[in-house]
Amino acid sequence: MSSEAEFGTPPGADTTPGDAPGSGHSTRRGLRTYLIGLGLAIVMTMASFWAAQTHLIYGPGVSVAIVVLAIAQMGIHLVFFLHITTAPDNANNVLALAFGILIACLVIFGSLWIMANLNHNMLPLQQMMDMQR
Amino acid sequence: MNTAAVSHAPENSEPTSADGPASRRIIVGYGFWIFLLSDIIMFSAFFAAYAVLNGATNGGPGPAQLFDTNSVAIETACLLASSFACGMASLAVAEQNQRWTQLSLLATGLLGAAFLGLELKEFSSLVGRGAGPTHSAFLSSFFTLVGCHGAHITAGLLWLGTMMAQFYAKGFRENIQHRFACFSLFWHALDIIWIAIFSLVYLNGTRV
Repeated sequence: MSSEAEFGTPPGADTTPGDAPGSGHSTRRGLRTYLIGLGLAIVMTMASFWAAQTHLIYGPGVSVAIVVLAIAQMGIHLVFFLHITTAPDNANNVLALAFGILIACLVIFGSLWIMANLNHNMLPLQQMMDMQR
Repeated sequence: MNTAAVSHAPENSEPTSADGPASRRIIVGYGFWIFLLSDIIMFSAFFAAYAVLNGATNGGPGPAQLFDTNSVAIETACLLASSFACGMASLAVAEQNQRWTQLSLLATGLLGAAFLGLELKEFSSLVGRGAGPTHSAFLSSFFTLVGCHGAHITAGLLWLGTMMAQFYAKGFRENIQHRFACFSLFWHALDIIWIAIFSLVYLNGTRV
């Protein structure tokens, strides 16, 4: 049974997250993948720390730049460190990830939206206390 | 020509399920991936709480007065290097090389411990300045979010020590390799969550 698993996976089989792309353990290829990922992650991190401290970027654009860089760096980590790709054998992992992202976005943006709406529609505290007198 | 090619569809177009259940390695990894996604959803709730309560400083200090970007930069570097060392460990495990496995896992653990030490130092300095979690809703949500990540790192360090001991005592058995694959997923995922924390909490809070 276990010998079957050792002789390569049949085409169209699944991969597990964390598996290097392509079957077979090529250490050199794996090392290159991790090094590329590390390099890109370092560049992104330095860029976002730079963006937070520079005066060169138009003020309100800074937080947009930080968010975009963060999302890009998460993508780099997913591809180069967790080996989540769009290959057909990765479909299950990507679908699960997409569902997770959907729920996370609903929680975060839903909360922000509802709370901003509540703040907007609620009377200021002082005014409310005056009414209760 | 095209129709011939279609009618002689290769065998590998059969659905995967025809080959029977997937191997244990794939099932274990997939199950752990689902757990990690649920963990990320839990973190998203803490992020939402932080974003909502960001301005609720109760007249106390806000993010710009409290956070030290240099310390955060070092923490980020530690965690990224730790994640890379964990990747090196998974290559060594695939090669079944005991010495490199232990060395890269040790590097992973030391860098993770350095991160945790810096974070604890930051927390104690905040509490010492009177900006503890009880001061305002903003600080409560900050300590919950970042502290929850720190708690995950602590649990990961314990798991890491266990993995080193098991590789040393029991060798590269299949079930231990499965456990290690889960650990490396966990460690990389914690680094992804840290990206969100240093970008949205620290950099966005202290930007000029």
